[in-house]
Amino acid sequence: MSKKDLKYLINRKDNQYEVVIGLEVHAQVLSESKLFSTSATKFGAEPNTQVSLVDAAFPGMLPVINEFCVKQAIKTGIGLNAKINKRSVFDRKNYFYADLPQGYQISQFKDPIVGEGKVILDMPNGQKEVGIERLHLEQDAGKSIHDLDPQNTFVDLNRSGVALMEIVSKPDLRSPDEVNAYIKKLRSIMRYLGTCDGNMQEGSLRADVNVSVRPKGSKEFGTRCEIKNVNSIKFMQMAIEYEANRQVDLIEEGKTIDQETRLFDTKKNETRSMRSKEDAHDYRYFPDPDLLPLEVSEKFIEELKNDIPELPDDKKKRFIEEFKLSSYEANILVSDIDTAKYFEEVVAKMGKNKDIKLAVNWITGELFAVLNSKGLEISQSPVSAKNFAILINLIKNGTISGKIAKTVFELMIDGDKDPQKIVEEKGLKQQSDPKALEALIDKIINDNREKAIEYKQGKEKLFGFFVGQAMKVSGGKANPQLINEILKKKL
Amino acid sequence: MSDITKRSLTELVESIKNKKLSSSEVTKAFIERSEKSRVLNAFITEDFTSALDKAKKFDQKPNLNLKLPGIPMAVKDLFCTKNVKTTAGSKILNNFVPTYESTVTENIWSEGAILLGKLNCDEFAMGSSNETSFFGNVQNPIDKNLVPGGSSGGSASAVAAQLTPITIGTDTGGSIRQPASFTGTVGLKPTYGSCSRYGIVAFASSLDQAGPMAQNVKDCALLQEVISSFDTKDSTSIDFKRSHYSKDLTNNIKGKKIGIPKEYRVDGMPKEIEDLWQKGIEYVRDCGAEIINISLPHTSYALPTYYIVAPAEASSNLARYDGVKYGYRANGENLIDMYEKTRSEGFGAEVQRRIMIGTYVLSSGYYDAYYLKAQKVRRLIKNDFDEAYKKVDAILTPSTPSAAFKIGEKTNDPVSMYLNDIFTVPVNLAGLPGISIPAGHDTKGYPLGLQIIGKAFDEQNILNIAYAMEEKINFKNKITDWWIK
Repeated sequence: MSKKDLKYLINRKDNQYEVVIGLEVHAQVLSESKLFSTSATKFGAEPNTQVSLVDAAFPGMLPVINEFCVKQAIKTGIGLNAKINKRSVFDRKNYFYADLPQGYQISQFKDPIVGEGKVILDMPNGQKEVGIERLHLEQDAGKSIHDLDPQNTFVDLNRSGVALMEIVSKPDLRSPDEVNAYIKKLRSIMRYLGTCDGNMQEGSLRADVNVSVRPKGSKEFGTRCEIKNVNSIKFMQMAIEYEANRQVDLIEEGKTIDQETRLFDTKKNETRSMRSKEDAHDYRYFPDPDLLPLEVSEKFIEELKNDIPELPDDKKKRFIEEFKLSSYEANILVSDIDTAKYFEEVVAKMGKNKDIKLAVNWITGELFAVLNSKGLEISQSPVSAKNFAILINLIKNGTISGKIAKTVFELMIDGDKDPQKIVEEKGLKQQSDPKALEALIDKIINDNREKAIEYKQGKEKLFGFFVGQAMKVSGGKANPQLINEILKKKL
Repeated sequence: MSDITKRSLTELVESIKNKKLSSSEVTKAFIERSEKSRVLNAFITEDFTSALDKAKKFDQKPNLNLKLPGIPMAVKDLFCTKNVKTTAGSKILNNFVPTYESTVTENIWSEGAILLGKLNCDEFAMGSSNETSFFGNVQNPIDKNLVPGGSSGGSASAVAAQLTPITIGTDTGGSIRQPASFTGTVGLKPTYGSCSRYGIVAFASSLDQAGPMAQNVKDCALLQEVISSFDTKDSTSIDFKRSHYSKDLTNNIKGKKIGIPKEYRVDGMPKEIEDLWQKGIEYVRDCGAEIINISLPHTSYALPTYYIVAPAEASSNLARYDGVKYGYRANGENLIDMYEKTRSEGFGAEVQRRIMIGTYVLSSGYYDAYYLKAQKVRRLIKNDFDEAYKKVDAILTPSTPSAAFKIGEKTNDPVSMYLNDIFTVPVNLAGLPGISIPAGHDTKGYPLGLQIIGKAFDEQNILNIAYAMEEKINFKNKITDWWIK
């Protein structure tokens, strides 16, 4: 397929439209305590048990910046190949809401901590660069719970003051698939860095999606709509698809698109207007006088740079060069840090005479299948990397066949058993003694003379029959490669 | 016992240290006088029973090494005090009892002082006459129906009337110095960053600063020594080497260069203020200091700048009083209705006016013309002082353009009320320390103050100048106890 064919376009009778998407991703900073207070940030705690006087905005309470969160933001900036701003400013974004105790959110408006950067996406038709506009630090709000009581709204302030990184992309994305790849890439980078756990179910990663459409080939942007607070990749894709089509329909009908904020209704699979541009809040941003401008030194940034682990792009490159993996295989292994870790541990444990291809096949094949069926993450794998490496080595050195290995693997799952022991206890060791195998095959040929003759007369299909017999007689333990060789010789 | 309350802090500390007086005796004396002085309306909350208990406890095991051993004192009701109601002079906090203590008051209690109660002030410290308090006017002990100034009006009145030996106020645009001037007392606004703002109900965060108020300079220095500390809980707190303000206090100011800014000779300034200033200049000269004429060219922009910056910050700082978490809540049909009712019933007129001004100047389309420009002018005002301090060590000005006025005289004219702070506001905008000392009387016999403005962190120097001048001026407050029947 050529690149052109892969382009995501919305088709109408006479026209084709391109979709332009920009994302504002809100990523919760992985940190023990909040951005400006010492309260805990643990997910799922009892309501209002992780709230300090600062978080609840009591009179006279003052914010004090959490240095760890600053480091996390800078590390993320480095991971996004972005410019780190040595001076940034915290501003107040003023609005009233029941779950916003201060009556303002402390955010960064004019001077964010991280400036322009980029991420590379691996798309089926090649690599795609997506620009990062900025990354800034801000406080999360609390949570309003409307469905506990018909009359009252309940407020949980556990989340109030938790540090978020808002990562704003340039309007460089062109399809739901690219959005999928972009979110996964961001998530992957942040998980490598340990700056965000990327857990979308728990709300650690969510996004506002800006969508506009324009006739194919046009250089100008259309009027955009912002879809607020979408919390899964699937919903983002659905929302974009719906919204882009809605906008195209409006244009086709000769109508104009209003710049507005919309909400995605996951049940009805549609977006609907939340507020128009005219109703947009005037947030009255101004520098927070309780906080001094945040200044970081070159040395501070350099030290963090030294702390940055090998990131997915570099790891992929290395896997391809060092282990001769295909780009596809490398992608699968590096996209999730825990998979990469597992793979690298397996490689290390396999020792000198290792078969990396075989290990990759087994990880992406058997291991992934087991994890999938059990609903486990690779970090929870029932088979440790160490035992997994032993298993691969047993196959590689001919102790067991691939087929037997599958049986062994199934036995390993229960309690992470040592495959070596399973092979010994169950007597599953492959028969690779040529003399014994020759005797076994002699006997089979003897017992099936007629078939042997038919084979010799040209019925080649029967070769499989003899292999099968050999495996059956040996209880599956015969070395299939040797069986093949001997049979060819004898028949 | 009645003379106990007439004594200065320094004398009281000495008496307690010499065991001539017990904390209980001192505490009882101030309580008795306060009880006889309720007409002044200086207290919002009296904490007398608890104060006596604490005094008794102190006497049982007195720690005489402390700086304020068993000294009772009342504080402005803007400081959060653990388990004691803290209102900021507002209906919206009328039921608010903090579970925490401000750093400044914590510093005071840990030096042995005992809380007598919480003193009246303008609502959220917004006012220059203590008339915006939800808890009513405060009487100036100088004369009947005279305002004590504001916003620390209750504090000034209580010190002048000897209901507390010393007190603390807060100063955002003159709220310590102006009431000190109106009541014949001494008030210091320290350098921004000297005293922690933690636990002080915020008015305008970039200007607010706590400071001591006392009957004389030495007491003021001692209290400043206690309350000033570096505090990691306040990001704007500054870690500088603080002097032992009372121990290092000296009246030797020979050779000090004192600047006289020509721009403070404002149009329509009463002659008695001009005369007072001239007298002040002579006093400093008598002390061996050198007088140098200086210019602070952007002075006239200070007041408008202040009335943009302070309301802007206030409009945001006061957003937290929304009826959701604590304080006053009105019933509403829905969330917005509840907000509107709570805030229109809970805040007084002046606070609402400033929230509206602040909201306006921060609005999109107006931000650049007002808030941003004000920030630039603020920088120019600070530069003026920086320039001046290349030539002089301190600056001498009047504290206020007039003496105390009658209650109700200016309530319908906010601009005339705001003009009270014309000499004090530039100091806050520049973050500098300033002290007001009583220096004379007007024709009616009301006290008038002079202000000494210092370099940043140079409190010791202005305290020394004030100390030397105090000796020369030999001011006597004319208080007749008119309110005690």
